[in-house]
Amino acid sequence: MNEQANSFKNQPDERGHFGQFGGRYVAETLMPLILDLEKEYRAAQNDPEFSTQFDDLLTHYVGRPSPLYYAQGLTEELRKAAPEGKGAQIWFKRDELNHTGAHKINNCIGQILLAMRMGKTRIIAETGAGQHGVATATVCARFGLPCYIYMGSKDIERQAPNMFRMKLLGATVIPVESGTATLKDAMNEALRDWVANVDDTFYIIGTAAGPHPYPEIVRDFQSVIGKEARSQMLERINRLPDMLVAAIGGGSNAIGLFHPFLDDKSVKMLGVEAAGHGLDKEHAASLSGGKPGILHGNKTYLLQDEDGQIDEAHSISAGLDYPGIGPEHSWLKESGRVHYDSVTDAQALDAFQLLCRTEGIIPALEPSHAIAAVAREAIKMDQDQIILANLCGRGDKDIFTVAEALGAEALGTDI
Amino acid sequence: MTRLSKAFPADRAALIAFITAGDPSVADTLVILDALVEGGADIIELGMPFTDPMADGPAIQAANIRSLSGGTKTADIFNIAKEFRTRHPDVPLILMGYANPMTIRGPEWFANACVSNGIDGVICVDIPVEEDDSLGDALRNEQIALVRLATPTTDAARLPTILNNASGFLYYVSVAGITGLQQAAQASVEEAVKRLKSATDLPIVVGFGVRTPDQVAAIANVADGVVVGSAIVELIEKYGKDAPAAVKDYVASLASAIASAR
Repeated sequence: MNEQANSFKNQPDERGHFGQFGGRYVAETLMPLILDLEKEYRAAQNDPEFSTQFDDLLTHYVGRPSPLYYAQGLTEELRKAAPEGKGAQIWFKRDELNHTGAHKINNCIGQILLAMRMGKTRIIAETGAGQHGVATATVCARFGLPCYIYMGSKDIERQAPNMFRMKLLGATVIPVESGTATLKDAMNEALRDWVANVDDTFYIIGTAAGPHPYPEIVRDFQSVIGKEARSQMLERINRLPDMLVAAIGGGSNAIGLFHPFLDDKSVKMLGVEAAGHGLDKEHAASLSGGKPGILHGNKTYLLQDEDGQIDEAHSISAGLDYPGIGPEHSWLKESGRVHYDSVTDAQALDAFQLLCRTEGIIPALEPSHAIAAVAREAIKMDQDQIILANLCGRGDKDIFTVAEALGAEALGTDI
Repeated sequence: MTRLSKAFPADRAALIAFITAGDPSVADTLVILDALVEGGADIIELGMPFTDPMADGPAIQAANIRSLSGGTKTADIFNIAKEFRTRHPDVPLILMGYANPMTIRGPEWFANACVSNGIDGVICVDIPVEEDDSLGDALRNEQIALVRLATPTTDAARLPTILNNASGFLYYVSVAGITGLQQAAQASVEEAVKRLKSATDLPIVVGFGVRTPDQVAAIANVADGVVVGSAIVELIEKYGKDAPAAVKDYVASLASAIASAR
């Protein structure tokens, strides 16, 4: 086999399939539009002006490259409980320092440039934690396009600060009451809007899922995370990390970190799903607890019953509270290239506090899942080994959820 | 001739009635299906409920939730089909729904279940031509039509792709949108049907947003079939267990509108 055939980076195929996963499972009304989008994306990929504009905005508007940081405090804290000689060095890719506070903005910049190339004049998006909604509202304000964000009413309740941010940015936030009133229902409602407004509307999907070419587009725009991290690591210490760790809901921050490293055989990768109350109870771990099915335009692992009805997901993190996962992760799981594990609400809350105290960084609940897995893995690894985790969002939006979960008393304050 | 092709009369359009299986209950569905046939429906579209019906408007979304909350399983839907086939040997029955419930046990399992329970065709909302090789082949191997859809976004370049391997009839989704909300302008429907007819010999059936006898009559003037769904589902929501009489009267009003259309 040639090098290309041996690569883990040659997916998807021309029909948008990652092995058996991915594809274009959409209503016929949308087919011409997503075929157009693919054509326009290919043109943009070959247009140096597009990448110049994208890179310029990432540098001067988003604030990239984000720092690569050696977390000495966390590393030393974990070594206290590790066996003799164990306790890997922990490094973070600091995507929580981006404008708007998460990795989501990388993808929104790319997609709004595509939307304008296609002459679309109205933007819609779905959001769970609100980070993608804020990032979408941000780029819409920046480029002067009307913005409509679908958000589950349950998520609006637990992510009130982001709701307010979106409104300040001029977006219209449409509460979704149907189904479970969370991210999957927001996505259903956004698809209903899209199919009724195909002529003028661009749907900025926030995660590496949905019909082809979205999983590929989102991955490519988010790959800036892994590309930067790879060259920063080589520049700083002239070696690659031994393990990458990232949290996974739909999986956009994880695929963005992992993809540029996929052909570096020495680099292990760990994707961390949300185990909610536990894998035997309510959770959001599609790979650990689901099976392949078709939803929201793609074939992928889903939480579902024997009749193919979609189960309710649960995670304390609104951004991970989704019963599916991006199709490339389903393929990377089956191919064995990436290992997937899960972390419960309680473990994520512990990790959240651990990072606050040892590093002076308040992480979002999404990367808190990654941090919990990092803590678990680090003590099994030698001290000269390196774990690089994606700190994909900051926790300002989550402080009320955390306070409620811990109880204000646990913090020794009156909130 | 198949049961499905025989259901399109030469002298008038066929009336196609949609309801969601298991709404308000599996037992009620059988009685409502009788009412549809007695009212004059030529073809039945039976909706398979799904937790995430993203192509449906509020009325059919609510029907899906009522059905699933009542505990409707896939097995119940095929039992309904089997009983319907016994009661109405000549009325075609089309299953309409979403890809995941249809493919979760494998396309062959679904195709076999369709054959053994008297299903004549399948409409799958989220399987476009590009993805139809697995479910489509399994159904076609059993001589069951996987009905293709054309929409207002279907241009001349796309249409041949849709018609290649199409069978049963061609479903024209008359509005770019979800079920039961907007209504298409009659002129746009006429223009579209004319365009589709010049490209295929398959019967052309028009649906989405069709609810009054006048609308049905106008569409019946140009198309080979008219689908009415949300308006019937709303009657079921309103009357629940007592819906059959209201449904029968309403369907009869649509049937008589069709009879006097041409």
